[in-house]
Amino acid sequence: MKDKRSYDNHLGIVGWLGGGRWGIERYLYTLHRVTGVGILLFFIIHIFESSLRILGRETWDAVMEVMTNPIFKAGEILVFAAFAFHALNGIRLIFIELGLAVGKAEDPIYPYRSSINTQRSLMIVTMILSALLMIAGGYDLIFLGH
Amino acid sequence: MKETGYWTWFIISGLITFFILGLHMLIVHLDGMLGIFSHADGGAVVWENVIQRSRSQFFSIAYIILLGAALYHGFYGLRTILLELGIGKQAQQRLTKFLWLTGILLFLVGTYVSLAVRTMEAPIL
Amino acid sequence: METENQQKRNIIFHIRRFDPELDEVPRWQKFTVSVEPGMTVLDGLHHIKETQDASLSWRYSCRMGVCGSCAMLINGIPTLACNTQIMDVTSQKLTLAALPNFDIIRDLVPDLTPMFRDHVSIQPYIQRDDNKEMENPTREFFQTHDELEEYLQFTYCIKCGCCAAACPTMAADRKYMGPMPLAQAYRYNKDSRDGGQKDRNDVITASHGVFSCHYAGECSNVCPKGVDPARAIQHMKKDLVLGYLRLRKDKKPCQVVGIPTGESKPAIAAPEHTVK
Repeated sequence: MKDKRSYDNHLGIVGWLGGGRWGIERYLYTLHRVTGVGILLFFIIHIFESSLRILGRETWDAVMEVMTNPIFKAGEILVFAAFAFHALNGIRLIFIELGLAVGKAEDPIYPYRSSINTQRSLMIVTMILSALLMIAGGYDLIFLGH
Repeated sequence: MKETGYWTWFIISGLITFFILGLHMLIVHLDGMLGIFSHADGGAVVWENVIQRSRSQFFSIAYIILLGAALYHGFYGLRTILLELGIGKQAQQRLTKFLWLTGILLFLVGTYVSLAVRTMEAPIL
Repeated sequence: METENQQKRNIIFHIRRFDPELDEVPRWQKFTVSVEPGMTVLDGLHHIKETQDASLSWRYSCRMGVCGSCAMLINGIPTLACNTQIMDVTSQKLTLAALPNFDIIRDLVPDLTPMFRDHVSIQPYIQRDDNKEMENPTREFFQTHDELEEYLQFTYCIKCGCCAAACPTMAADRKYMGPMPLAQAYRYNKDSRDGGQKDRNDVITASHGVFSCHYAGECSNVCPKGVDPARAIQHMKKDLVLGYLRLRKDKKPCQVVGIPTGESKPAIAAPEHTVK
């Protein structure tokens, strides 16, 4: 029944990123996954790293000394930025996925307005908040050195 | 129905994580600017402040809840991505089991440390 | 006559061809078509087939955006060829390819079988216990206008597959049901005449079902009929979560309207004249 050869035209993971002219929400979708995986990776390391306090003051101080290394500092900044994005975008997604920000079903009258338009203002607000949080955290991390 | 339960708790754990992790970030990364937690000198991660938080009942409980919620949220999210990469049904079940076990193990490690430090008798300051 | 000629333009069609008997992978082929205002992409394809290459194949039937056969990737956006005027989307170059996220049967013809298989699995029809009434109806089922509005938007779906072609989850996950079947499941779940929610929810809450949607929103962006599958899917998640938390009761299918009693309702008083 199946043709002897049809061509598999799935975009695969590339489809997360492109393959066409896509809207901004698609990139947020991809970024949400990437930051999520990044934060999880950090979190697992962080569980062990912060568990070192059980070994007493000397070990802890030594570890914190290592953490002042610019590489770790840069990593911390990245994780904070990922957190700022993932948290605020996550709030947006919760509003949307619980049906609170997508609007009721309406008559499709051309030009069509979809749920994308309904949630657009929420998206803009959360992204601005996320950017502000990133700036605040970045200032604290870089200039105040915490 | 199982997936509905998983997903509902994924959302709930996400919300819990948002608030407690927000507090954590406020303490560790934003207090330099805000200064509301009035640390001893040197910021949130110097030994005195770390131990003070570890001893406090509020932070112990909050951090253990955060640990559980964040682990669940993270591992469910990872599972969602991995399932999309097209693995067989049996592999899916094995993956779910593996992630549950890893998550519970990590939760136990963190909880043990958190409780042990509370009762640690070593000269701290 | 002269002004008409000025409005004509030569537009280059870049078409992604695939002949299963000759090609291993798709190849791009160029055609130049003289396009006049008002010509749709479908007209352009017909022109090529009639005058340049008879082997070019695609699928179409109604030519007026009703049947959903001619969906293809036009300049990177999945949409209907019959519903897109060439002059509206380009002034020089037009790229045409088969819908992504499906197998290609030939040239611009995607294999939509997986989508329809999932569509069948959600039981896209009204289910009731009273088969007798369904087969030999005596009266109509009672449905208010508000109840109709809850699902009416999603009934305009023509199953063209544009949503699945745009969906990023669909791109990686071959088992994912896709926006169309999920939106249709919502359409029947919300129908006040329907009583088949339980069966349908068992299918859509399995893995690769409704919870694989993370709202990239592309399906709603590209839908040529304004159906907005993403909205349906999010509302369905809300219903499922509320059901799980026992905050929402299962609905009973509506009954047939009552037998007319013959009594007339009291007349409504006419409003007073605004101009005396």
